[in-house]
Amino acid sequence: MEQPNLSYINDLAAGDEVFKHKLITVVKNELPDEIEIYHSNMNSSAFAKAAQNVHKLKHKLGILGLVAGYETAIAYEEELKLGKSSLKTEFESILVACNHFINDL
Amino acid sequence: MNCIIIDDEAAARTIVAHLCSQVDNLDVIEEFPNAISAMKFLNRNDIDLIFLDLHMPDFSGFDFIETLKNPPKIVLTTSDKNFAIEAFGYDCIVDYLLKPITFTRFLKSVQKAQKEKVTPPVAPAPILKETTTLVEKELYVNIDRRLVKILFEDIYLIEAKGDYILIKTEKKNYTVHSTLKKIVEKLPDALFLKVHRSYIINFKKIIDIEDNSVLIAKNVIPISRSNRPELMRRLNLL
Repeated sequence: MEQPNLSYINDLAAGDEVFKHKLITVVKNELPDEIEIYHSNMNSSAFAKAAQNVHKLKHKLGILGLVAGYETAIAYEEELKLGKSSLKTEFESILVACNHFINDL
Repeated sequence: MNCIIIDDEAAARTIVAHLCSQVDNLDVIEEFPNAISAMKFLNRNDIDLIFLDLHMPDFSGFDFIETLKNPPKIVLTTSDKNFAIEAFGYDCIVDYLLKPITFTRFLKSVQKAQKEKVTPPVAPAPILKETTTLVEKELYVNIDRRLVKILFEDIYLIEAKGDYILIKTEKKNYTVHSTLKKIVEKLPDALFLKVHRSYIINFKKIIDIEDNSVLIAKNVIPISRSNRPELMRRLNLL
């Protein structure tokens, strides 16, 4: 399975360690909240709202260097808009990996 | 060139601000987590360029653009490529950046913004009926297989929510499977006015109007450029 990484953040920072640290801190602050809101909406079967949450999370997956994960999020967001959730397990395993990754940074 | 950044996501604002700092003569004047605060700022300040997130709670990027009287150049930032065609229907939009944004692509956008001249968009005609008489006093809506009566005079706001509309009254809110286009045909013109593609207001419930927004109960509702003249025409101005 594809793993989260710092390739995008490193490219963007281009050696600017202050910016790199700032962006990582922002992601560490924002991502857990976004994941929590997503789970809360899924638990209440609010698929349309969950689709909006996935939309936001998709960007975080891109920031954490996940190319395939980003594509999964796109497909999952579209599914949720139609009230379906066949990619739920796959998407949520990506979120778990992202959470572990940022906690170790 | 000065610019502002509007995005509800802090990570996105951090990235765009950093990218701006890498470009000569591009100064970030302010960052906003929502469109309302940016609207107030734009009423008082001249800005050359806006980096605007397309998906924000309450206001979409397109909703925001429609509230601007003289929109500056706008670069849309989004994780959704499905709106590119709609985006280029707006003359003020000079580029459409997909997140996560790379420096090379960002630089291209800024160069484009520096070259392009913005022409004001043509305002679409308001879609309300020309004439109305207040014959009916109420509306029946289908909610959970019951036809529920709502008095027109109780409604202060109707909001589009995807395939649904949210009818707000002083006592209760009703979510109904319908569109603004359908309900507008049932409403008396004397009371109701479409002020934005997502909002119809009860004209009599206005508390105040500030430039491109109107206060109804506790709701600040955007007024789109195309609907503003009709609203102003109907005000009993001193």
